[in-house]
Amino acid sequence: MTDVVPEAEATPVDELPLLVQFGQQIQAKLNGAVHAFKFEYGELTLSADRDRIVEVLTYLRDDADCRFHQLVDICGVDYPERERRFDVVYHLLSMIKNHRIRVKVQTDEDTPVPTATVVYPPADWFEREAFDMYGVFFDGHPDLRRLLTDYGFHGYPLRKDFPMTGYVEVRYDDELKRVVYEPVKLTQEFRQFDFLSPWEGARNALPGTGYHYTLPGDEKAAK
Amino acid sequence: MAQEHDTIPAKLAERTADEDGGALVEPIPGEVTVRKFNINFGPQHPAAHGVLRLVLELDGEMVERVDPHIGLLHRGTEKLMEARTYLQNTPYFDRLDYVAPMNQEHAWCLAIEKLVGVDVPRRASVIRVLFSEIGRILNHLLNVTTQAMDVGALTPPLWGFEEREKLMIFYDRASGARLHANYFRPGGVRQDLPEALIADIGTWATAFPKVLDDIESLITGNRIFKQRNVDIGIVSRQEAIDWGFSGVMVRGSGIPWDLRRNQPYECYSEMKFDIPLGKNGDCYDRYLCRMQEMRESTKIILQCVELLGSVKGPVLSEDGKVTAPRRGQMKQSMEALIHHFKLFTEGFHVPAGEAYAYVEAPKGEFGVYLVADGTNKPYRAKIRAPGFPHLQAMDWMNRGHMLADVAAILGSLDIVFGEIDR
Repeated sequence: MTDVVPEAEATPVDELPLLVQFGQQIQAKLNGAVHAFKFEYGELTLSADRDRIVEVLTYLRDDADCRFHQLVDICGVDYPERERRFDVVYHLLSMIKNHRIRVKVQTDEDTPVPTATVVYPPADWFEREAFDMYGVFFDGHPDLRRLLTDYGFHGYPLRKDFPMTGYVEVRYDDELKRVVYEPVKLTQEFRQFDFLSPWEGARNALPGTGYHYTLPGDEKAAK
Repeated sequence: MAQEHDTIPAKLAERTADEDGGALVEPIPGEVTVRKFNINFGPQHPAAHGVLRLVLELDGEMVERVDPHIGLLHRGTEKLMEARTYLQNTPYFDRLDYVAPMNQEHAWCLAIEKLVGVDVPRRASVIRVLFSEIGRILNHLLNVTTQAMDVGALTPPLWGFEEREKLMIFYDRASGARLHANYFRPGGVRQDLPEALIADIGTWATAFPKVLDDIESLITGNRIFKQRNVDIGIVSRQEAIDWGFSGVMVRGSGIPWDLRRNQPYECYSEMKFDIPLGKNGDCYDRYLCRMQEMRESTKIILQCVELLGSVKGPVLSEDGKVTAPRRGQMKQSMEALIHHFKLFTEGFHVPAGEAYAYVEAPKGEFGVYLVADGTNKPYRAKIRAPGFPHLQAMDWMNRGHMLADVAAILGSLDIVFGEIDR
């Protein structure tokens, strides 16, 4: 894992991998709209300013060095412990330059993200899906309806606080001659076994990952 | 209402424009007044290739707008995956695009391998390529022949499914399951192929081009098939790029883009194969591309069969952190048993980070965006299905076409709902 922070000026530019130079170049050109980037597993990730995402995407699409003219994917990621809990992740591809990039913005339940449909038309369904699954709002989206869930569905299923079993279940009612919706009744409580071994789990837990396990008996060690 | 309806023509004949307050206008000779209306295509329609509901706005027989309603097969795969270990999640990928299961597993394994940093032995890599290409033929056989069925031909699916059956038996002999294989593992494949199976795949691949010739003799020059597909659903190069298309949908429009060639993974860089391109970007060109791709896949399969004769060695990484001990060892050694137990209860840990892995699935770019948090379960796994942006384009692709073309265009998009609805 190589986190490249913009202050790392000490390394001569031409020794860095090509994509890192590329990231620095993008960051310099878009003054302020991209506040950080990292280069991991051969992939470049930009962290962009939410309100300027359209500007960033337009630049990435039109700039002669970038030419990211294809939108591969948009998806949400939920980090409930964060103040701005959602990441909206854009994956872009350039067929001409044969490279890929990832752009991330952060948002919360109430603040809409400007829509990318003005830059990439297929963003339409991807944003509808993110809205459906996470409840992320997209400002200026032409038709922000639910996409994958049932007609009349409530809640945002991919949020971490949404239960795995959901809230309603359906069955065919023979008397009413139609499908009826009922609250979920579990004959046995939903069980989620935690197989995570404390030893390996604690060793691998990195700061900021939200996972921390104290070995039994180690509670006092930190004091 | 039926009785009333029967009497309407008689009433209409009696009425004059004056009686009706001028509302009933004499039709202008040669012109037909038509009503705009909506119809539902699906969710249970044989040409919808699954559970797709299309709300069509028609002007007579002309399509004015298409609103696809998807999600009828939504199973919450991504949510379920967050509660299972990495190894337990592989079978979910068989159930996405269930027409070519192993290609999906491949993307998942590549994503994990990227984060864990485990190496795949060369023999496993060849086996993976071999079965990815079998998956491509499985997919294209189904798509091409059912597309012919959508426009009226009945024989091609029977011929195509006969070959699919043979290929699924190869799946069975390699993994024990005809469809939901669960054969690819992070670090390689589940077990080695028996020599007899490799020989049989070779024999099959030698004979297969003849079958393709037969199917082509049924469809390619067929007058009805051409009338229904030529110049239907044209996608220009620019449109294919703008709408996030991949796979045959871009190659049919003449863009030389194939991830196996442009961003090679596994041992595709050593394989010799051509990438067929379309010229006009219509349904017929996409059909031709798929037919030719099957021939190219057969070439790759034969190369793999030859390679497997000389490339020996393990088919699963020796990295004990990720791969379980063989069953034979497990019966002999207590340590191996504990090791096995640990991997199949707790599973392995994937270091925190994020990666996007992709394969050239038969339908286009199939990708997995994996966010790991250092534990034994994925924090978030986003499945990028190629059919998703393709189906999204139904609206503009169908505008101005006739109602009957909807089935032809849908067929050439190559849609499977397992992957779109997830």
